[in-house]
Amino acid sequence: MLTKKNVLIWFEKSADAMAEHKQELHLLDAAIGDGDHGINMNRGFGKLALELPVMGAMTLQEIFKHAGMVLLSTVGGASGPLYGTLFLKGAATVGTSEALDASAVLTFFDAGVEGLVARGRTEENDKTMYDVWAPVLREYELCLEAEMEFVEILAACVCAAEVGMKATIPMLARKGRASYLGERSIGHQDPGATSSYYLINALYESIRE
Amino acid sequence: MKKLINNPSDVVNEQLLGLAAAHPELHLSLAPRYVCRKDIPQGKVAVVSGGGSGHDPLHCGYVGFGMLDGACPGEIFTSPTPDQMYECAKHVDRGAGVLFIVKNYTGDVLNFETSAELCKMDGIQVQCILIDDDVAVKGGGHTSGRRGVGLTVLAEKIVGAAAQAGYSLGACADLCRRINQNGRSMGVALSSCIIPEAGETTFLLDNDEIELGIGIHGEQGVERRCMASVDILVELMVEHIFSDPEYVRVAREMNSASGEWEDVQLVSTPFSRGESFIVLVNGMGGTPPGELYGVYRKFAELCDEKGVSIKRNLVGTYISSLEMQGCSITMLRADDEMVRLWDARAVTPGLCFPSCDDVTSCGTSNAD
Repeated sequence: MLTKKNVLIWFEKSADAMAEHKQELHLLDAAIGDGDHGINMNRGFGKLALELPVMGAMTLQEIFKHAGMVLLSTVGGASGPLYGTLFLKGAATVGTSEALDASAVLTFFDAGVEGLVARGRTEENDKTMYDVWAPVLREYELCLEAEMEFVEILAACVCAAEVGMKATIPMLARKGRASYLGERSIGHQDPGATSSYYLINALYESIRE
Repeated sequence: MKKLINNPSDVVNEQLLGLAAAHPELHLSLAPRYVCRKDIPQGKVAVVSGGGSGHDPLHCGYVGFGMLDGACPGEIFTSPTPDQMYECAKHVDRGAGVLFIVKNYTGDVLNFETSAELCKMDGIQVQCILIDDDVAVKGGGHTSGRRGVGLTVLAEKIVGAAAQAGYSLGACADLCRRINQNGRSMGVALSSCIIPEAGETTFLLDNDEIELGIGIHGEQGVERRCMASVDILVELMVEHIFSDPEYVRVAREMNSASGEWEDVQLVSTPFSRGESFIVLVNGMGGTPPGELYGVYRKFAELCDEKGVSIKRNLVGTYISSLEMQGCSITMLRADDEMVRLWDARAVTPGLCFPSCDDVTSCGTSNAD
């Protein structure tokens, strides 16, 4: 089950990860984008971490909505609306639930990622964060069908996320600023795919504990 | 780095406070950040734009009578966030809807679209129209498309005049889309700019090197080559503009009836003999006005040779890239309606029309 408490720990761990990997994300973005991804993600998730005390008193749906709005208004760049949309669209599936079971978590991410794809007009192999989310959702569905435990499902998703992230290295970018580099975008890992990996890994860690 | 700044992270807010102090007719909000007119009439379509800071006078300098009703500045060269456009739109909407003029950068597009959805949920009529005029970006279909550059200035002037004249939201949007499909730009950089927070040049050019097709954030152009005379550089830029083939791309706009996004195909046809233009010779921030007139001399000569007519011109620094040395040329194939709206009165910190000899608009004493 994903409880309110897990979600708050997830956000806290995400903020830690974005702070820890700020320079790595910066360098990945500087190579094929405009170099602000590390700064932007750290600013946005840092702000989210500051909001945790306030969010403790909210319902689960309000927590996700609030997270979406915070990311939307503080991350900036292209990632702000993408991550913001993921949480806002996901929040709409939560209803009055105070905790999500494994199946409801999939519903949450399906809706969130659908929103992300619609916003970014992206397809797989465009060298974007969707190249992490698409295989992660496929893996999640398979694990759910195999009736695996929630924590095991998430562990499998982290592996799928890592494979997806690394698979962006040989890709030719077709979206965002990297797309202007054409062939020169090949050989670099996508920064958005990398921050998505850290977000998924933080979710796993929040459940594992 | 030598700049007239305090702490680099305060640059944007401090400069906006200065703009607001110098122009008390403007309203400044710092959280969320936007600048807007104080005297927007009821029933007028509000025209709002925005983008990364560092391109002054674009966009905040064009807020005023006959141009923008609001502008949303992000950090230097970084998109503004949706809460800025959403709050600004709520503040400037006078019941006739809000038009967002959006330069084609992924961050700008996604943030403006998100804010448009927030506005829609609040019952504010809203439309997003894209500007993507930079011919230096080739192979549009496999990238995020052409960047929005100098044509944005002309669009803000002309569409702003249309809104002031009482055009509906749909008519303003149609006009703005038509401007975008008839405009092309090309730039050149002689030196890089310095983003205050970075503290060093964005790209490196040797003393005798230039970047042809530069973007307004220092993005790579079509060619890095050796420095040449102004005549040769202007010939190269003009050649890129006139040899640019038909450009077809898909933009996302909001269907006014359903409120849903829909894909709209945009087609820009090549320029040819006998056509009429409004043109902009624009400085990138570090090039003196005299050199821009040197550019204009050759540019006007080439237009003459190509058999096209310059109906109106604008020469100066109107969309800059911090202190970058260089210039851009923008050509808008203009119909009579565009020219008429171009001539309409505008009073903003960055641009006054038809001229500054009107006492009521610009405060000079030449009132005969």
